[in-house]
Amino acid sequence: MATLLLADRPDIAAPTIEWSLLSPLLVVAGVAMVAVLVETFWPRRTRFTAQAVLAGLGLLAALLDTVRVYVSLDRVDGDVVGRGTPVAEGAVTVDGPGVLTWGLLLVFALLSLALFAERRLDGGLSAFTGRAVDPPGSAGEAEATRLRLEHTETFPLLLFALAGMMLFASANDLVTMFVGLEVMSLPLYLLCGLARRRRLVSQEASLKYFLLGAFSSVFFLYGVALAYGYAGSFRLADIDTAVTSRTGGEHLLLAAIGLISVGMLFKVGAVPFHQWTPDVYQGAPTPVTAFMAAGTKAAAFVAFMRVLFVAFGGASWDWRPLLWVVALLTMVVGSLVAIAQTDVKRMLAYSSVAHAGFLLVGLAGAYVADSERITSVSGLLFYLGVYGVSSIGAFAVVTVVRDAGGETTHLSRWAGLGKESPFLAGSFALFMLSFAGIPLTGGFIGKWSVFSAAWSGGYGALVVAGVLTSAVAAYFYVRVIVLMFFTDPVGDGPTVALPSVLTTVVIAAAAAGTMVLGILPGPVLDLAQHAGTFVR
Amino acid sequence: MNEYLTLSMILFTIGAVGVLVRRNAIVVFMCVELMLNATNLALVTFSRQHGTLDGQIAAFFVMVVAAAEVVVGLAIIVSIYSTRRTTSVDDASLLKL
Repeated sequence: MATLLLADRPDIAAPTIEWSLLSPLLVVAGVAMVAVLVETFWPRRTRFTAQAVLAGLGLLAALLDTVRVYVSLDRVDGDVVGRGTPVAEGAVTVDGPGVLTWGLLLVFALLSLALFAERRLDGGLSAFTGRAVDPPGSAGEAEATRLRLEHTETFPLLLFALAGMMLFASANDLVTMFVGLEVMSLPLYLLCGLARRRRLVSQEASLKYFLLGAFSSVFFLYGVALAYGYAGSFRLADIDTAVTSRTGGEHLLLAAIGLISVGMLFKVGAVPFHQWTPDVYQGAPTPVTAFMAAGTKAAAFVAFMRVLFVAFGGASWDWRPLLWVVALLTMVVGSLVAIAQTDVKRMLAYSSVAHAGFLLVGLAGAYVADSERITSVSGLLFYLGVYGVSSIGAFAVVTVVRDAGGETTHLSRWAGLGKESPFLAGSFALFMLSFAGIPLTGGFIGKWSVFSAAWSGGYGALVVAGVLTSAVAAYFYVRVIVLMFFTDPVGDGPTVALPSVLTTVVIAAAAAGTMVLGILPGPVLDLAQHAGTFVR
Repeated sequence: MNEYLTLSMILFTIGAVGVLVRRNAIVVFMCVELMLNATNLALVTFSRQHGTLDGQIAAFFVMVVAAAEVVVGLAIIVSIYSTRRTTSVDDASLLKL
C-alpha cells in the first residue's frame, strides 16, 4: 500500500484575496460575529445598549471604509467606462455600482438600526418580542414582559442580513450570488417573526416569507445549475463568453435565464411573484419592514442587473420582452391594488410593488451605451437610493402612530394626524409625494432618471405606460395626505407616542434626504453616473 | 448523462408540485429540500459533463445552505406550532386583503 508522500500532493496555489478592497464587507461580517460573542458574554442588563452601540460603530466604520474603497477604484476603459476590478479569484467584483450599493445599504442599515434600537415607544422595551419561545398570550410571555426581557440577537441578525446583501450585490459568480442571497434572506425570515405586538400575525408573516422565499431561491439555484450546464462555469464573464458565441444548447440558456429571473423577481417583489409582499410587510415588526423594503430591493435589483447585463448581456433580445411584460404588469397591479388598501403598511407594500415596476422599466430599457446620458445602471441606483430613504422614513412614521394595542395601522385612524402632529404628518406627506413622483422631491428625479434610461433604450411605449400608472398611483398617495390634513378625526383621533431622539432623527434625516435629492439632485446623480458600468 | 438530468428534472418537478399541493408546512419544506437535492444532482451531472470540479464544489455550498435553511425553517415552524398546535399552511390566514 503506497503511502501518500508530501511530494505527491498536487500543487495548490494559495488564492489571492484583495483584503483592502473587500474590507467594508469583512468589517460588517466581522462585527456581526463579534456581536454574537457579545450576546453570549455580555451581562444582560446593559447588553441592549452595548449591541446597539457596537452595531452603530461597526456600520459607521464600514461606511467610511466604503468611501475609501470607492475613491481608490481604478478606472477601466472599455466600450463603456467602468471602475474597479474582480477580486478574490473572481468571486466578487468591487466595481463602481457595487461599491455605491454598499454605501446605500450601509446608510439604510444605519437608519434602520436607529429604529431597531428605539425603546421609548413601547414602555422602555424594543419593538421585538421578549422571549420568542413563549407562545403569544401565554404566562411565559407575561413573565418575559414583567422581567423586561429583550431579544438583543436582532442586532447581529441585522448585520448578517446586511453582509448578505452586500455580497449579493457584488457577487461575480453565480454560486457566490446564491450564498449572498441566502445569507441575506435567512436572518430576515427570523427577524420577521419577532414582533412584540400582534405576534400571531408576525409569526405567520415569517412562515409565509420563509416558505415562499425558500421556494423561489430553489428556482434561482436551478437556473444557476442550468447556466453552469450551458457555459461550463459559474463566472459571469465566462457565461457571457458562452452566450455571445452561442456554444451550448439554446433551450438550456433560455431556461437558465427564466429560472434565475423567477428567483430575482420574487426578491424584488414583482408581479406575479409579489403575493408575499403585503403579508410580510404588514406582519413583520415595522423596523424590520423598513430595513427589508429598502435593503432587499436595492441588493436584489443590483444583483439582477448584474446577472442580466454582465452574464446574459449577449442574449438581451431574449429577456427584454419578458421584463417588458413583467414591468407593465407590476406597475399596473401594484398601483391598482394599493388603492383598495385600508392598512398603511399594506398600502406601502403595494406601493413597493408598484415601485419595483418602475425600476423594472429602467432595467428593461437596458441602456448601457454611453456614460454622457443616464444609463440604466445609474438611473436605477439613484432611484433605489431615493426610494430606500423615503420608505425607511415612512415606516419610521408608522412606528410612532400608536394606540393601546401598539401601532395603529388602519388608515381611518390616521385621520386628523396633521392637527395632532404637524411634523409627523408633514414628513409622511413628503414621503408620499416623493413616492408619487411630484417635482421637487427625490422621487421625481428618480422616476425621471429610470424613465429616461428606458427611453434611450428604445422603450418609449413602456415609459408612457409608466407615466400613466404613476398618475394612478398618485391618487392613493394624495388620498393619505388629504386624510391626514383635511379629514376630521374619528373619536379622539390618532395618538402619537413620543419617540426618543433616535426615531425623530431618522424621520428628520429621511425627510431632509428626500427634499435634498429632489431640489439638488446634481451631486448624487453625478455620483451614480460616475460609478460607470459593471466590471466583469 | 441525459438520464441523470432527466431524473433531476423529475425530482425537481415532484418537489415543486409538492410545495404547491401539500398543506403541512413541514411536508412543504421537505419538498423544497427535495428540489435542492434535485439541483445538486444537476450540478454534479454538469460537472461530470464539462470535466470541471466547479459543479461539485457548488453542490457542497448548496448542502451547507440547505442545512442553514433547515435550522431557520424548523425554528419558525416550531414556534408557529407551539402557538397554534397545527402546522397546516391553510390555517395561517390572518393576513388577508
